[in-house]
Amino acid sequence: MSVLVNKDSKVIVQGFTGSEGSFHAQQMIDYGTNVVGGVTPGKGGQTHLGRPVFNTVADAVREAGADTSIIFVPPAFAADAIMEAADAGIKVIVTITEGIPTKDMIAVKEYLKGREGLRMIGPNCPGVMTAGECKVGIMPGFIFSKGKIGIVSKSGTLTYEAVDQLTKAGLGQTTAIGIGGDPIIGTTTKEAVELLMNDPETEGIVMIGEIGGGMEAEAARWIKETGNKKPVVGFIAGQTAPPGRRMGHAGAIVGGADDTAAAKMAIMRECGIHVVDSPAEIGDTMLRVLQGEKVTA
Amino acid sequence: MNIHEYQGKDILKRYGVRVQEGIVAETADEAVEAAKKLTEQTGTSWHVIKAQIHAGGRGKGGGVKLAKNLEQVKDIAGQIIGMQLVTKQTGAEGRKVHKVLVAQDVYYPGDSEPKEYYMSVLLDRTSGKNVIIYTTEGGMDIEEVAEAHPEKIHKEVIDPRVGLRPFQAAKIAYNLGLSGEAQKEMVKFVTALYKAYDDTDSSMFEINPVLKTSDNKILAVDAKVTLDENALYRHKDFVALRDTNEEDPLEVEASASNLNYVKLDGNVGCMVNGAGLAMATMDIIKLSGGEPANFLDVGGGANAQTVEAGFRIILKDPNVKAILINIFGGIVRCDRVANGVVEAYKNIGDIRVPIIVRLQGTNAEEGARIIDESGLKVYSAVLLKDAAQKVKEVLAMTGANA
Repeated sequence: MSVLVNKDSKVIVQGFTGSEGSFHAQQMIDYGTNVVGGVTPGKGGQTHLGRPVFNTVADAVREAGADTSIIFVPPAFAADAIMEAADAGIKVIVTITEGIPTKDMIAVKEYLKGREGLRMIGPNCPGVMTAGECKVGIMPGFIFSKGKIGIVSKSGTLTYEAVDQLTKAGLGQTTAIGIGGDPIIGTTTKEAVELLMNDPETEGIVMIGEIGGGMEAEAARWIKETGNKKPVVGFIAGQTAPPGRRMGHAGAIVGGADDTAAAKMAIMRECGIHVVDSPAEIGDTMLRVLQGEKVTA
Repeated sequence: MNIHEYQGKDILKRYGVRVQEGIVAETADEAVEAAKKLTEQTGTSWHVIKAQIHAGGRGKGGGVKLAKNLEQVKDIAGQIIGMQLVTKQTGAEGRKVHKVLVAQDVYYPGDSEPKEYYMSVLLDRTSGKNVIIYTTEGGMDIEEVAEAHPEKIHKEVIDPRVGLRPFQAAKIAYNLGLSGEAQKEMVKFVTALYKAYDDTDSSMFEINPVLKTSDNKILAVDAKVTLDENALYRHKDFVALRDTNEEDPLEVEASASNLNYVKLDGNVGCMVNGAGLAMATMDIIKLSGGEPANFLDVGGGANAQTVEAGFRIILKDPNVKAILINIFGGIVRCDRVANGVVEAYKNIGDIRVPIIVRLQGTNAEEGARIIDESGLKVYSAVLLKDAAQKVKEVLAMTGANA
């Protein structure tokens, strides 16, 4: 078991023949991901990287049985690509594209609402990776090892850091979910944590957040309410980030007091999460927690 | 992207939002001309001289003043232009004022008392929808209102399927205690304001104060507008609104090299790939006894050019006593980054601060070997905790630790 993607996922790449899409599609194939084709409008019928190219996502679903899509199309067209995937019946949509206008994402969020069994990850994220089975993203495959820890993170390279530490600690990973750092994302921290809590193979969860928004606090409260069923190690990046650099006054009101790293860390600790001050301690802390040591980080 | 009050008001006017009229000036003489012209256009006899910088709290800092005649316009504009304006949002060194807005006086006496309100439009991240936030407590610091009187702050959530509905605009006007002509004017104001926000792909509008004049007109006295940089491709005319005078020169230079750099006040510079890891690296510096001198994300394509550009920018900050480079090579190969570091080091020639290079990921060992054998005054590390330890040691050597 694992979450979101596994060896049976039938993956297509939207923006397949572009340079980013081509590079990462090849990496995904090399990792063993079942890439069944790709979509580039106007190039339907061609073959690329030994896989068929389709004009539309609907064609890819009908002819190749695709159920998962990864999106590399440029920001101006990305919102449309997500909606096309949803409309065609894709169940897991992973949007890597960075720089999609917020207004477009408001429309996407509304469009995706209420669609049974659909999950969108991202945008502006490193994707989803189930160790040893399936890579739907841009994470470096070689740092992963099959194991028992699930990871939820807003950030790319910081996710790699956590993955690497878990591998070196001998724990390995089930699934790593990079949820993305944009203001509007398809899957929240809490939703991703919930998936991993419900996964029987996942024995512990690493939750990595950063300043801004209230998602980590929401996840932490949910973890406590549902009885802290699995140990969670948490880290919030940006303890030293100056306030107000990206958000104006009014933003701080909507976000509430959950916005700073210190506030988030305090809430997470209250909710029974093993919060580390240093990102260098993620792997070791998880190891100690799983060995039953009481960690008062 | 932040823009000036006068630019924000121009945008609002295009959408039929009534604003306090004004003309921008760069010298005291221009300010006098602007004042004369404004009197012709609006009949105003007094003028408000407003410093144009990208920061709130200008009034308290002495950047907004009333002039009752043209002599005062000249004097006040002369004082404000060129001043180093310090507000609670600028930091201690303040911001140099290059322009003033000469604006009409809108607090003239009349049939009713003028009244100030607060209104902003922005994204509510939790719901993924836009909201209009408003309160009767205008002209004050909104954070203080939220603290003291949270019950006085109202929110109207905008359904993206239908946009702002007329009943919502009416509700806002009634909740602000308005009736009659002023209520109707407020409905028009809110409707036009939201349309402007939506059409221009803005991230935030903050109008503080919104004023009801003594003759029941509703207008924006100030306008703080933040545009969504990701949507600028749809609004090419907005690109010219960027004012690099308002940005740190090093940040401007960095953005020209496609580096995301934010200047801070610490003593340890850092260069990292990825925003989350960059923030985490700043945290590590602090935990190791230093203070981060900057945030610097070199992005996905760390190569010799970006490393060199990053070095040059960090080294221009005289407070920097050490530099930590932290690259997690996924797609990027560490040996290439290491060669880039060595090359950049040699190109720059005279680097007097110790450098710690932590390379992890693809070809990390090879990268470390290149650094170690380069003969340069560079310390290498592979694990993040080793890098933290090295920062501690280096700070102890330079005597820079707190």
